[in-house]
This record gives sequence, C-alpha cells and structure tokens, in this order.
Amino acid sequence: MDKVKEMLSELHSVCADPRAQLDAALARGRKAVGVLPYFCPEELVYAAGMLPFGLWGAEMQTSLSGRYYPAFTCSLLHTALEMGLRGQLAGLSAIMVPLCCDSLKCFGPNWKYGVGTVPVIDVAWAQNRKTEAGEEFTRARFRRVLGRLEEISGKTVSDGEIAEAVALYNENRAALRAFSAAAAAHPEAVSPLQRCEAMKAGYFMDRAAHTAKLRALTEALCSLPESPRRGLRIVTTGILADSPALLGILEDAGCTVADDQVAQESGFFRTDTPVTADPVVGLARRLGLAEGCSVLFDPGKERGRELVKLAKAAGADGVLWVMAKFCDPEEFDYVPVRRMLEEAGIPLLAVEYDQQTASFEQARSAIEAFAEMLRG
Amino acid sequence: MSEEKKNAKTVLRELQDRIAQDAWDAKKRGEKVGWCASNFPQEITTAMGISVVYPENMGAAVGAKGGGQRMCEHAEGLGYSADLCSYARINLAYTDLKECPELEIPFPDFLLCCNNICNCMIKWYENLALELDIPLILIDIPHLEEESCDADRVKYIRAQFDDCIARLEAITGKKMDYDRLREVMAISQRSSRAWLRAVGTMANVPSPFSGFDIFNNMAVACVGRGTVEAAEAFELLADEYEALAREGRSSFKGEEKYRILFEGIACWANLRTTYKALQSRGINLTATVYGPAFSFLYQNLDELMAAYALVPNCNCFERELELRVRDGLQNKVDGAVFHMNRSCKKWSGNLYEMERQFREKTGVPTVIFDGDQSDPRCFSEAQYETRIEALTEIMEAGKGAGRNG
Repeated sequence: MDKVKEMLSELHSVCADPRAQLDAALARGRKAVGVLPYFCPEELVYAAGMLPFGLWGAEMQTSLSGRYYPAFTCSLLHTALEMGLRGQLAGLSAIMVPLCCDSLKCFGPNWKYGVGTVPVIDVAWAQNRKTEAGEEFTRARFRRVLGRLEEISGKTVSDGEIAEAVALYNENRAALRAFSAAAAAHPEAVSPLQRCEAMKAGYFMDRAAHTAKLRALTEALCSLPESPRRGLRIVTTGILADSPALLGILEDAGCTVADDQVAQESGFFRTDTPVTADPVVGLARRLGLAEGCSVLFDPGKERGRELVKLAKAAGADGVLWVMAKFCDPEEFDYVPVRRMLEEAGIPLLAVEYDQQTASFEQARSAIEAFAEMLRG
Repeated sequence: MSEEKKNAKTVLRELQDRIAQDAWDAKKRGEKVGWCASNFPQEITTAMGISVVYPENMGAAVGAKGGGQRMCEHAEGLGYSADLCSYARINLAYTDLKECPELEIPFPDFLLCCNNICNCMIKWYENLALELDIPLILIDIPHLEEESCDADRVKYIRAQFDDCIARLEAITGKKMDYDRLREVMAISQRSSRAWLRAVGTMANVPSPFSGFDIFNNMAVACVGRGTVEAAEAFELLADEYEALAREGRSSFKGEEKYRILFEGIACWANLRTTYKALQSRGINLTATVYGPAFSFLYQNLDELMAAYALVPNCNCFERELELRVRDGLQNKVDGAVFHMNRSCKKWSGNLYEMERQFREKTGVPTVIFDGDQSDPRCFSEAQYETRIEALTEIMEAGKGAGRNG
C-alpha cells in the first residue's frame, strides 16, 4: 500500500507543477511543443524528438485573456491563453491548435497577437472522418504538420520513427486502460482525484516514463487484497473532470470513478492508433475510429450509446456530467444524450464547471443529494 | 404590365416569398424537402430542382418579428443552454413545438449541413437528425490555416460534393443533370457579379442606399442566387443604386454625415433600435462583410469548392481582417461598430483583436457593443446608445480636425 501511495504522490507532484516537467526537458536540451485538445497527432511531436506538453488550461483567475476572448468563451481556452500571456509557457518551441471547435479556431490568432513569441501550428482534420476522402485529408494535413515539426526540431523524421512513436503511445494507452480498471477495483487505494492525476500526468511527462510508472502502479494495485469498500460507482463524462475540489466532493460522497468518457482521460486512451504501412494513415484513421467526444461529427450520437454501454459494463450506479461552461459541443450533446441515459434507466447528474469557479458549495449539495438518491 | 414597374426591393421580397412558398408547394406535392445551412453549396440543390429551406433565415425572421425570446426560452426548457446560438435554439424549439406564429417552414425529410461558417452548425444538425430521425449530409469545410484554399481541401470538399449528390439522388429520386449544374453555376456567377456591383456603389459619397438594406437583401443572395430571377433582381438593384449614385441621391433617410463599417450579424430582435440610433445621427452603414466578401466567384468546379472555403468565418484571421480593412477604406468609413454577438463563438472569439487591428490599419475610431442575433435578452439599448453617442463624438472631432488641418 505504501508503494501505491508513493507512486500516486509522485504523479500528483507532476500535475501540481507541470512547469517543472517542462523545465527539466528543456534543461536536458529537449524541445517541447504545447498541445491543445483535441486529437492532435502528438506522436509526430514525439517522433521528432520533442516533448509534447499538454495544454488543458489551469484552475486560475484570468486577468489578461479577456483582452482577446469574450467572457463567454470556455475557461480551458481562457486559462491556456492566460498562461501564455503571463509567460508561464515560455520555452515552448510551438503550440499545436486543432481547428475543431469555434473557440479553438480563434485561439491561434489570439495567441499569435497576444503571446507572439511561440509559433502556432494549426491542425486541421476531417469531420467526415469515417470516409476515405476524410481520412486522406487528415493524413495530408498531418504530413504538413510533420513538416512544420521537422523545421522546428531541425530533425528529419522517418516513417520508422513515427511507427515507433505510435507503438509507444499505444503502449501508454494500454497502460492507462489497465490502470483505469485497477483503480476502479481499488477505491480504498485510489481516490477519484488520484485516478485523474495519474492519467493527466501523461500530458506533461515523457510518455515512456509515464507508461513505466503506470505499469508499476497497476501491478502494485493488482497485488492488493480485494477491496473491502463498495461505494457508489460513477462514470464521468465531459471535457475535463480534473478539479481537485469537485473530485474531493465526489470522494466525500463515497463515490468511485468506475470509468469515464472524459476527453482528457479516456478520450486519449480508449482508441489506439491502428498500425498501418504509412504510420500517418493510422493517425488519421484513429480519428475515424474514436467515439464519445462531442467535438467529433457524430450523426447518430454514438456518444450516448457508448456512455450507456460504459455505465452498464462498469456496473455504474449513475453518471456525472462535468459540464464545461460555454462549450457548445457539450451543451448540444447534453439534451439527446441525457434522454438516451434516461431511456436506459441510468441516473444522471450534470454539474456545470469552469476553471475559474471559486465556490463549489452548489456542486457539493447537488453531488451529495445525487449520492443519497443513488443509495436509495 | 405591373412587373416592369416594380422596384428591386419589391422584386426581391416577392422572390423571397416565392422561394419559401415553393418549398411548401413541393412538400404538398409529396416531394422531399430539406433544411439547409446558409452557406451550403446551393448549386447542388438548385441544379437538382430540390426545395430546401434555411433554419438560419427562420431564426433571423422569428427574431425580427419578436418571437426570439419566447422560442429561445422554450429550447432552454428542453435543456439547451442559454449560451448556445439563438438561431439554433429557435429552430430546435420549433422542431419540438411544431409551430411558430411568427414564421413556419415545412418540416424536412433530410438535412444539409456545412460548417464553413461555424462548427456549431454540426452539433445543431446532429440533434435535428436525431429528433426528426432523418438523414444528415455534412459537407465539412475545415477552417483555413492560410489565406488561400489548398489543394487538400479542394479534393476533400469535391469528394463530399460528389457524395452529397449521390445521396440526394437516393433520398429524393431526382437525378443530377450536369449540364444543368453548369448552367446554375453560370447563373450564380451572374447573381454574384450583380451583387458585387450593387454593394460596390456604397463607395459613392453619399452611398445611394441605407446599408441596413443589405441585411434584408442578403437572404435572397444566400438562398436564391442560382436562379435567373435572383440574377435579374440583383441586376435591377445594381442598376437602381448606380442611377441614384450618378444623380448623387440616396435612399438613406436624412443627410449622410458619417459612414461606418458594421461588423457582425444584425441584432434582428433590436433592428429598429440599432438602426435608429445610427440613422438619427446621420450615420449610414457603408461597409459590412456581407458586401464584397459575401460573393462566390469561380470559373469551374474546383474553384467552386474553394469559394465555399473562402466565406467569412472560414478564412484565417489575416484574410478576415484584410476583407474588412479593404472594404472600410474603399467605402470611406469614418468609424466602425463591432457587434459582440453572444450567439456566435466564432465571430466573437477574435473580435477584440479584429477591432484593434482594424482601428490601427484604417485609423478610424471603433466601438464594440454586446448583443445577439435573435435573443433580445443579450442586448442593452442603453449601452448601445452610449457607444454610438461616443463614436459619433469622436467621428465629429475627427472631421473637425480634418477640416481645420
């Protein structure tokens, strides 16, 4: 148990100070590229010998980003921009910005004219992602992104190196899936916040090091005796569910995160990159295979079906939707997906959240009431 | 006989009514009718003789007729956030209620979506497809990274264009006639050129017309430009404007003391207020992105694909800015009013930077006001008045300095 605690504590430290990871990489002479969500081909950054550094915003009050974004933009982009404007991301050689939601389309110019010093790599990918033409478009644009990364890193990247990065990332995804299952089985050892941090740390660490850490952690968890606790089992959904306060409330209410459909968490690890002769084709194809994320074109709302399936498979008592404020894709999905959960008889609680939330009392009351209701 | 005496405004209004009626008639005949995104390549449906209606136009009309808040609130009751696009909320409310006293449109058998103006369209149409249990065809036009449209995009859009035709043939039983498509493309070019000629007259001092008229006329430019009637109507409009300009006259009520660029979608629910505050001070709108930027010029199918990627809100920031600056300078604006539209994350997400750079590059004063395209709750008359008053004072001071200097 001490070993588990120690490893979780290390991963907590990574999330508490991502900048330290960036500084350590820079000190070793490794360049780093900031990666905004969603579905950027991080593997190409890794193959170019650079550190992909996740940009998921931060819990902070903003004072500078309001000069660029209006108040009704999501906090993830407000705070990510704020970090850039405050110089907290100095040292990055570039940032990758996918053009997949309306506020993200505006991030590049706001960054360019606000931060200035760190170049922007736009990442366009196809929304008609399950078609041949869509896959080909995404492949072609990812090749273009690779060209930019080669210029920045000063290194020519071979297909073999990309294939190696793809394999390494797939191993990391497998390790994350195994950890997710082990954490769900051991609520006495892994709190909701610790589960999240163990996953999130991968966005700041070298993926190989993260895989090694997760494997050791999962092995230690699997050697523990069967958990004596059987709390409420919750599946989370949304863009981000990494708020320490919110996850603390969940823990206080006796809830375990049994699985998730959160963009920052399983959005990264649920779908592997297929191994293809041209490895960039595999990276494009992964977009066609992924489900469960509101920024993806999803005409049949597979997201809802997937969520029902996940909740049933996890034996979940209910679903918690951490609703990102001012996120159009999430707010549109909410109505039909809520109905799909209702039809499947799965209780749902939606809690609105943004990274500038100062008071969680309303969320606490709602989660406590929800937990009470689930206990019957 | 009376046909010849009608002015362009009347012809355009009647044409708009007829296009709307055509969709109802098609529905009554048992033909398949679609709901369509405003910047979807209209050449496809026009050439195939398929009737479509435009939920965005409905959103604007319902807003203008005072139903915006009621419909938005109904959508919010269904669980939709008040932060979502008001056009989407109005249309999703209509989908649920199946009635709307301000304006009704025939219910669709299929949906045609295009995200060149925003990705919000995709999510909105996904929900419609689910609610109505009908097919959804998306032509995905990814936002441009550069000023031109690259070959990767042209190829991708072309593949979707072809796929859309095949799917529409299966859904409607109508076949695409490629000779007819070429004809529609030629007519669309004629309409676009006439539109450019009409809005180009705004460069005259005074402008021959009140710029707010563009907001009304763009509906036909959007939905009907593939028809000969629209081409003729826009040619008539251009002729009328040119004749007024030659005579130094204008349909703008009062003296045109100041000329402004108005950035963004109109506040349909507050159209009179927003217009009056300007008109009463002698301020005419002589530049808007719905002018020259709202044309689709091409010579062949590949260029047609590119034209749909070069629409406002799909361009990279630098091209968007250049379009406004060029329009503003060419049309001799004294100031600019920027609408921070609560509905539109795309339009608003770079608006502060756009306003700053526009001001720097043109040297004219600018103001921003908060509003919404169809939800009146986001608009404050007092704030708008104050901003316009401040702008007027600065423009007046600037003119004084110009006169003295």
